Parts: sequence; structure tokens; C-alpha cells
Amino acid sequence: MHDRRWTHLDDLEAEAIHILREAAACFERPVLMYSIGKDSTVLLHLALKAFWPAKPPFPLLHIDTTWKFREMISFRDETARRHGLDLRVHTNAEGLRQGISPITHGSRVHTDVMKTQALRQALEAGRYDAAIGGARRDEERSRAKERIFSFRDRNHRWDPRRQRPELWNIPNTRVHEGESMRVFPLSNWTELDVWLYILEHRLPVVPLYLAKPRPVVERDGLLIMRDDDRLDLRAGERVQELVVRFRTLGCYPLSGAVESSADTLEKVVEEMLRARTSERQGRLIDHDQSGSMEEKKREGYF
Amino acid sequence: MSSILNDDETLGAFLDRYRSMELLRFLTCGSVDDGKSTLIGRLLHDTDRVYDDHRKALEEDSKIHGTQGDNVDLALLVDGLKAEREQGITIDVAWRYFSTARRSFIIADCPGHEQYTRNMATGASHCQLAITLIDARHGMTRQTRRHAFIAALLGLPQMVAAVNKMDLVGWDESRFRELERDFLAWCARLGTPEPTVVPISALHGDCIVHPSTNAPWYRGPTILQLLESVPVMKPSADAPLRLPVQHVIRPSPDFRGFAGRIESGSVAVGDRVQVLPSGRQTRIARIARDDADGGDLQSVAAPSSVLVTLVDEVDCSRGDVIACVGGAQQPVASTSIEADLVWMDETPLLAGASFLIRIGTRTVPARVVRIRHVVDVDTLAQHARDSLEWNEIGRVDIVTQQPIVVEPYRQMRSLGALILIDRVTHATAAAGMVRSGDPHEPSPRRAHWTTSPSPTIEPPAGRSASESVERAARWRQRPAAILLFGAPKSGKTRRAFALERHLWQQGHAVIVLDGQALRGGLSRDLTFSDEDRSENLRRAAEVARLLLDQGMVVILSMVAPQSAARDLARDLIGPDRFLAIDCAQASEDDAALFGDVEAFIRPDQTLGEG
Repeated sequence: MHDRRWTHLDDLEAEAIHILREAAACFERPVLMYSIGKDSTVLLHLALKAFWPAKPPFPLLHIDTTWKFREMISFRDETARRHGLDLRVHTNAEGLRQGISPITHGSRVHTDVMKTQALRQALEAGRYDAAIGGARRDEERSRAKERIFSFRDRNHRWDPRRQRPELWNIPNTRVHEGESMRVFPLSNWTELDVWLYILEHRLPVVPLYLAKPRPVVERDGLLIMRDDDRLDLRAGERVQELVVRFRTLGCYPLSGAVESSADTLEKVVEEMLRARTSERQGRLIDHDQSGSMEEKKREGYF
Repeated sequence: MSSILNDDETLGAFLDRYRSMELLRFLTCGSVDDGKSTLIGRLLHDTDRVYDDHRKALEEDSKIHGTQGDNVDLALLVDGLKAEREQGITIDVAWRYFSTARRSFIIADCPGHEQYTRNMATGASHCQLAITLIDARHGMTRQTRRHAFIAALLGLPQMVAAVNKMDLVGWDESRFRELERDFLAWCARLGTPEPTVVPISALHGDCIVHPSTNAPWYRGPTILQLLESVPVMKPSADAPLRLPVQHVIRPSPDFRGFAGRIESGSVAVGDRVQVLPSGRQTRIARIARDDADGGDLQSVAAPSSVLVTLVDEVDCSRGDVIACVGGAQQPVASTSIEADLVWMDETPLLAGASFLIRIGTRTVPARVVRIRHVVDVDTLAQHARDSLEWNEIGRVDIVTQQPIVVEPYRQMRSLGALILIDRVTHATAAAGMVRSGDPHEPSPRRAHWTTSPSPTIEPPAGRSASESVERAARWRQRPAAILLFGAPKSGKTRRAFALERHLWQQGHAVIVLDGQALRGGLSRDLTFSDEDRSENLRRAAEVARLLLDQGMVVILSMVAPQSAARDLARDLIGPDRFLAIDCAQASEDDAALFGDVEAFIRPDQTLGEG
């Protein structure tokens, strides 16, 4: 360490590893929320580093809405296999039976049933007392007030007006039975930091982040990739092959692609450095209503 | 916005630039309507760091919630929660991120209303610089004084005051100079480093990023110039090593690694270290790292998160601290702490209340046994009170159930910062700072040393409080403790018993306390470490003190290698009743020794007459 300059990323990495180790040491049943995207990629890398030469002392949990890109699922399984990790996948079976879909029910109902409700089910079933996630404070306005160790009541609710003050690096991790914490080791990272870290450490990412010709449909002002034939075409819509990539990944019918020729990590970072719009612009979920992320967070969305 | 990458800049050139960029964490504070959110919005806006889609959302929000008529309300960039936008106030600390070509910044925006003390302390604990906003029309308020007080209490090295809304006082220089004087005077009373005071208009953008044409009389830096030029505080590699252990990693029986963040100093393979609170010493075997990350390190400095292994198999677990050996500055394992508290719970603190205390990575049960005083933040006066209310600041004594490793906050922030956790609600009830000048001795065992008098015990019926004086008079001696010390086999024990025999024959009441004999019973739990030798001496001295009260002459035969411990024994027994003789230095002639002691215990005139 003495031989090279201490950088901003070193600072963020040391802080995140400290947080991960606190989470592992202070809770009985922690779990790492693995959502396959770039933030999860960095988070998982840090977790592997924080506990090396042991495996991270917690399982990975993925909430599968069944509408994720196929490339995300194969990347997920390959990652878990490569590192020999305990990956647990949960889908809201009741929602599945009801046939909840982002296409017919819209992003609001779909997100509530297949993500928020599903997450609550999985957390209760696993009796997890800490759920570690890759959310960043710079993602969205209501996240800017989120704690690193963020308290949730027995109903997984977040009350922004009754948060615990967080002083120095000494978190108050005490919870009663049934209560829990969300833990966000990447709180202080920006989107740029995440990409630069991925670049510096050459971390593998889902290929969807890199540009290539993909079948897309223009819908509600977004370029939606037709990942399978569940995406019915509306009148006047047609599938076109465009060279696109994604800045954020979620359920494919809700994720907007951007036209881009950035087909390497370097080009992606360079493109981002020239960007003038935020990453969440491509997400339908945040546009439902002003303050919608805050509403979802209160209900227990990650 | 403009892009981060300059037009003609390559990625490689950017990465080089980025690697040399420093990170500065600062906070903004002020009363409601002083314009904090507008100031931050202005910083983001004028450094061209607002994404186009955020700008669009801002324009829409401004129409609904804005307070600036048809203009864009920059405060809405920052106020994230729905209730905040609706009520036009900031509720909680908000974290903002932006960067310029020279630096990255993390901003803690600390609202100044109801929970101001709590919010301010929270923000200040993560930052090195505070920008306090002052409304040019209202001048310094109670809140301004409080904010500066808390910044000083938490030891922020840099202070800035931004006198906002200068446009509303017509950019009047004399008004600005008056406020500048007030603020400097207050900071001088608090003992903070000298602050910088800047006249601004957050609404119009004067002196935030760009200099102002409205204040030709102001020659100082803009807010951004300040932020880009103040030195960034970094932990010093030369400081003493403190590594609080977070987690023990044992993937196999032959690997036991201690994971934690180096809070201070640096460590290298082979360094001698101690594990606190036990004080056991060993050396660093490895600074272990995966080959994929470059393999083991030879040395590493704060603030890295590391994994170390130790040469010897010493007890070490979460809550312990790996520290360097020696040095002027030593942490103590203490059960009794004096601290300044910022009270954050709606339920007031009453003396006697019990909590969990967390310092570093250790959490133990504790009680606040005494409230020494509460500070009036307006006058800095200290008032004796029996409770500490929400948002108040006071000094307390805390007793912990188990020893916890502490250092004064001013000296070592990582082992001086504490939180109190309510045992029932689990709320964070207080943030605290261990005081400098904490009266504990610098090693675990020596923490027991005290020179305060034993509590007065009423003599039982039939015995007189003056009996010890009467006894001394009868035996014609002044009660005294004679310490014969020196390395094993230096002849202490032989001389001690020879001295006892001699005094006995002279008619004195005399007894020998032999260090080795004490270890058979009273000190059976002690080892031969320096700390435990010191503790053995302390116990002998305590017994001697009781015997002296009975008029006896006590001969202590002990190894007592540490002069500091002998000094503590002298203070405990009383310098006029204590004679230390170094057996390695003393003459071989027993007669000389006997003469010295006889002279020392000879009763003075008044006693002899009695």
C-alpha cells in the first residue's frame, strides 16, 4: 500500500469492507441481496475480499420476478458456481399463480407483488436479521437520507422520520426479534465510482451492459428489449435490431436500453463520463409518480 | 450539465487525473431558511453537475413546491423526502456527492430545526469541515452558536461561516464585517481553529462558485475555492497503531486471522504489538491478502481494512484492540469513563440509568453514575443538574461492567468516540467523547490504583478512632511501610526478615509482607507480567495501609521493577510514611539498613509525649 497513492476508491473500498465485516459480526442471520447488476457485482467482490480466505459468512439471495433478462440469470448462476456460494432464489409463488406481469399489470403492481412482497416473504422465511444491499445514496433523492445501517420494523417498514443517528463508524446494530436492518456498504459510492472500480479490478459484468445488436421495441419513449415472446407487440410496434446497451438492469419490460456503440468496459466508462442524464432515467419504476421511490422504500422495497 | 470528461481528454488521461483527486467530506448547517439547501443546490448547479433529467424533474417540482416564483428552486435538488418538499424544510441529514476537476466531495447537509443537535453531531462525526450559514439580516443566532459549539466539541479542524442573503442587506460591507467579528469572537471562545467568513448569496450564486461583482470589497476565496484548497485530513502513518478487531476469520484450523480497519498508524510484518485489554504481547506474522489482489502485504497504514495473523496464539477476538507497544500515548482498559455526551433521546438522562456502551468494536453494559454538569451553549456556563435533556450537552461519569479500551477523544478519535444504546428500545441515546485527562492509569491492572482515601468507617463501640495513635505511642514508633525491592535473588527476603527480627527485639510492632508469599493466596490470580507485578504491589500496599492505620511498621519485600508503580505505592500509603530501599543499590551492611529504618520510624515529639 505504501508503494502507491491512496485513492478515493481505496477509501470507499476500505469503508465498504468495514461495513460488511460489521454486518457479519453483529447479526445472527445476515444475507446478501444479490441482484446481478453492476452494484451487486462490486458488492459481491467486496464481500469475497472482506472474508477471504474464508467464504462470506452469509448466503446470497436473489428475488426472481421471472422477468429478468435471461443473460442475467445465466450470469447469476455462473457467478455463484465460480465462487462456490450459497445462492438462494425466491419467487413470489402467489404472484406467479395470479399471473402478475409487468406488461399487463404495470410496473407499480408488478414491483409491489413480485419484488417488495417477494422480498418480505423471503426475509421472513429465512428469518434474516440483516439484508445487505448494493443501493447507493446518489441513485435517487429519497436514498440520500438513507442510513448505512438502516432500521426496519417488524413489518419491514422504513420510517424516514425515525432513523437512528449514525455517528463515526460505530453503528448501532441492536434489533429485537423480528426487527431487522438493511445494510448498504456502497452508500457513499457514485455510479462513476462503481464503474471505475469494475474497470480497475476487471470484474466480469452481465454482457447486457455492453453494446451489441439486440431486438428492441420502442414503447412509452423507452427502448425495450424483447428478451422472450411474452412481450406482445402492440398495434404499430415493431421489433428492430439496434445496437444498444443498458445502464441499469431490472425486469426486461421495465428497463430502457440506450443506443450505444460501447462494447468494452473502457468504452462504457468513457460513455458514462460523457453522459448528461442519470442512470435511472431508463427505469420505468421511478417515473410512476414524484416521490415514488420513497413510497416503495417505506413499504419495504430495497 | 457538462460531461465529466473534458472534450479532448482520453480515458487514460482521465484515470490518471482521477487517481490524484482527493476526497473531502464536509457538512453544511444553519437554521431553517438560512439557505443551506439552496447553497448546495447552487454548488451542484454552478459546477454543472446536475443531470439533464434531474434538471427537468427540478423544473416540474419547482412549479408545484417551489418557493422562488417562476424561477427554478435549487433547494429542491437536495430536499429528497416528500414531506420535505411539501413543508419546504429539510428533515434529516442528506448526503450529496459531487466532484470538480480537482476534488470529490461528500456533503452532509444537516438541517437546523428540531433535531439540530443530533443532526449536526451526526454530520460532524463524518466530516472535517463545517460550513455554517448565517442570515445576514438576523446575524448570529442561538443556533449559529450551537452549531459552532458542536463542531468544536467534535473536533472539526476547519470552520467556514457563509453569511448568506447579502443581497437582502444591499451587500453592505459594514454589516458583513460586524457579523464576521461576532463569529470570529465566538470561535475564539470555543478554541476552534480560526474560521473563514465568506459573504454569499446562495439564491443568486454570488461567491459560491464564481466571485461576486456585488462585493468588490471582499478579497477572500469563494466557497468552492475554499473547498478545493483546504488540506484534506488524512490519518498519519506515523501515529500509534490502533486496530480494533471486528471479526476473527478461521477458514481452517491452521489459519486464524484478525480482520479490522486500521484506525490509526501503520503496521508491518514482524512488528511487536499488544492485544488490549489483556496486554498480551506478540508479533505480526502476516498481513494476509488474496494472491488475486496482489498477495500478502509487508506493511499497511490507516485507513485500510486489513487481515492480520499473529505469531503467538494469544487470546484475541472482536472488541479487542491490536496496538503498538510503548509510546507516549497508551490506551487504557477502563471500567470508569468521564465523557461529554450529546443527548439524543427524547427520554432525558438521569444519573443511575443503564445502557449499552459501544467504543471501537466493543459493546458492554454500562451505567451513567453521575452527571457532572450541563453546558449552556449560549454562554458556555456549566450548570450542575440531575438530568440531561434531549439535544443537551453535558459531562458525565460512566461505569462499565467489563473493561473497555479507551483513549481521550482529542488524542485518538477511534477509541474516544462512543455511543450509548438504550437497553430496551435500542435507540441510540447519546453520542459521546471520552475526555482528555481521564484519570485512569495506563495499563489494565494499574487501572485499580487509586490514591483517594478509603471511605471512613465508624469504629465499632468500644474502640476509639484515635486508637492507632495510642498504639503508636505505646510501641514508640511512627507507623511506616518499608519497601525492600529488587530483582529476584537480590537478598530482599533475607534482609526483610533480618530487619523484622531487629525491630522486634527493639520492642516494635512489625510485620513482613512478602511478595512471593502473597502470590500463594491474595494474589493467586496474578502472572509475572509487568502489569501483574504492579497489581501485586498495589495489593500489598493496600494491606500495608490498613496495618499502618493500626500503628504497625510493615516491611514489604517485593520485586517491584517499575518505578512508576513504586511511585503509585508511595502516593497510596503517603510519602511521609513510605520508605523505598533498592536492594541492588543498598549497602551490604545490615546495620546501616537498620539505622536508616529506625531513624525513619522514630516518633516525632508530639507523638512521643502522647
